Amino acid sequence: MNNEELYTKLNEVFREVFDDESITVTNVTTADDIEDWDSLEYINLIVAIEKKFGIKFNMGEVNSFKNVGEMAGSIVSKLA
Amino acid sequence: MKELEYPFDPGYILTNKKRIKRQLLAEEREFVKKNVAILGGYTTNDIKLVLELFLLNYGIMPSFYESEYNSFYEDAVFDNAQLQAFKPDIIYVCTSNRNVKVYPELSDDEKAADGLIQNEIARFSSIWDSLFSKYGCPIIQNNFEMPLFRLLGNRDAYDHRGRVNFLSRLNAEFYSYARAHEYMHICDINYISADYGLKEWSDPFYYHMYKYALNVNAIPYLSFNVANIIKSVFGKNKKAMVLDLDNTLWGGVVGDDGAENLSIGPDTSEGQAYYEFQRYIKAHKDLGILLNIASKNDEANALEGLALKDSLLNKDDFIVIKANWDSKDRNVRTIAEELNILPDSLVFIDDNPAERHIVTEQIKGVSAPDIGEVTRYIQNIDRNGFFEATVMTADDAKRTEMYKENVKRAKLQASFSDYNDYLISLKMKAKIAAFDKEHLSRIAQLTNKSNQFNLTTKRYTQEEIAEISSDKDYITLYGSLEDRFGDNGLVSVVIGRIVNDECLLDLWLMSCRVLKRNMEFAMMDTLYEICAKKGIKRIRGFYYPTQKNGMVRDFYKIMGFDLTNEDESGNSEWLFNVTADYVKKNTVIEV
Repeated sequence: MNNEELYTKLNEVFREVFDDESITVTNVTTADDIEDWDSLEYINLIVAIEKKFGIKFNMGEVNSFKNVGEMAGSIVSKLA
Repeated sequence: MKELEYPFDPGYILTNKKRIKRQLLAEEREFVKKNVAILGGYTTNDIKLVLELFLLNYGIMPSFYESEYNSFYEDAVFDNAQLQAFKPDIIYVCTSNRNVKVYPELSDDEKAADGLIQNEIARFSSIWDSLFSKYGCPIIQNNFEMPLFRLLGNRDAYDHRGRVNFLSRLNAEFYSYARAHEYMHICDINYISADYGLKEWSDPFYYHMYKYALNVNAIPYLSFNVANIIKSVFGKNKKAMVLDLDNTLWGGVVGDDGAENLSIGPDTSEGQAYYEFQRYIKAHKDLGILLNIASKNDEANALEGLALKDSLLNKDDFIVIKANWDSKDRNVRTIAEELNILPDSLVFIDDNPAERHIVTEQIKGVSAPDIGEVTRYIQNIDRNGFFEATVMTADDAKRTEMYKENVKRAKLQASFSDYNDYLISLKMKAKIAAFDKEHLSRIAQLTNKSNQFNLTTKRYTQEEIAEISSDKDYITLYGSLEDRFGDNGLVSVVIGRIVNDECLLDLWLMSCRVLKRNMEFAMMDTLYEICAKKGIKRIRGFYYPTQKNGMVRDFYKIMGFDLTNEDESGNSEWLFNVTADYVKKNTVIEV
């Protein structure tokens, strides 16, 4: 999967979870950029991303992601 | 909504909660509003959000009260102005084995373990007692799922120090309480966690990360289970099944293969699978579920299949059998009409996806679960919780008989040209009396189930009915009706609230199984007598239209009331003067 495909899929997840078709995420997107993104929605986001890519994050990762780019990096390493 | 019926995709539901909610709210339908309080022993946010979807799908629009994190005990036992103001219609105590205060130590003897059980039960009983005394509404309580580890290995199950043993004993105590208190409903997470897979369900990741005592991915199964209890408590269970025959109740096509070549019975593996399925369906009869058939077959062939020695289900187990070449949606509609129940209380069971599609497309509210292949039929129907038995009454087991008697009545009626002669020939006897203890559960059940002959569609819990029955400011009446064909059981309920010299009719309903039998006139006669005796001058009736109760729009007019008020949405108020010149309206039922 190339970077573009990865972000296309990530965008799908974000749009579904936040029910907002206008969302477009980049590697620097953070919780501050999306209005409804709070700690409770973060759980849903993580679960949805895991499902979408068929992967599982560990606790350390979930606690340390600072932006979408770091999530994407972790996904890529797990799919490799 | 198909996405919210079992077997559902939990990932889809979790991810798309917001969109699904939007879609559900856009549907043109009536919702009943209910206040649902969730008192949690761990994070409950997503449990609440997914529960909302399932409830909306059942036509219930919830408002939620959610306790602060892990404060279920404090919320229940101490004064809680916020919860008081919220006025819950139902309370869900969502706990897990992580909420057990003290487990036995290996050094504990049996007596010490007994003591721990008693302490824990005392703690939980104080929650339930306190909640019920303050809010008087039904309570749903999770039992305990099994522990994730077994320190003693298999011995954990039977040794008093083992957690498996300890939790099983706590569960048994919960069940005793539930049996003794009708307002208490157990949410059996012990079963659904096993069904889901305990090691997945209890994956500690979700507790350490988010303080969820279950896997977030399992939440839809928990919420669905809770929604099924709630919809059952509020009278939204299904009432009847319409079953296909070929490749549903037996293997093969009776018209092509011949009855003797069908797969049914314990002799072949396929036949055995259908046999087990028939046994499962047949058991629903005693639960009061009405069984019917819609099959594309010549009737003679269908009956030949049902007459097979190895067919557990036979002709007499069904109320209406439609074996013909009409479309299925048409037959399903006719069955609903003949049973006198609404199509949305039907479950349509057919192995053919195309038939299921046409039925759900053509008839709003009918459920037609994707039953998969024969070895999965039972689980795919069962997991849907269509018939969740929160209330069981003596009437349930007799229901099929009652509906069959109705079919006989219909035949008798056809032999009379004068309807009144027919009514007299029925030799009807009614018992009309104030609410009493033994009928409380049936009365509450009726207030929640009746939609068509129901003037105000006000729903009551059993607790509310009990309260009203002992309140002297109320006139309460129930009516049961029997005739030459059998006992119809308790079929009509009237609740009048006395305000000064007036009686305000909060509720008047009748089961559709006794439509056009003049039972409503007999109820009116008795109501008049009681009001006259109590010195009441006026009776006021109210009609609030819903999508389902159009048949009683003019009910009070027929009863001799005068219209006093009507607003633009059709809500109307009616007045009846209690005067000495009242002429009895019922002439055909002996009361």
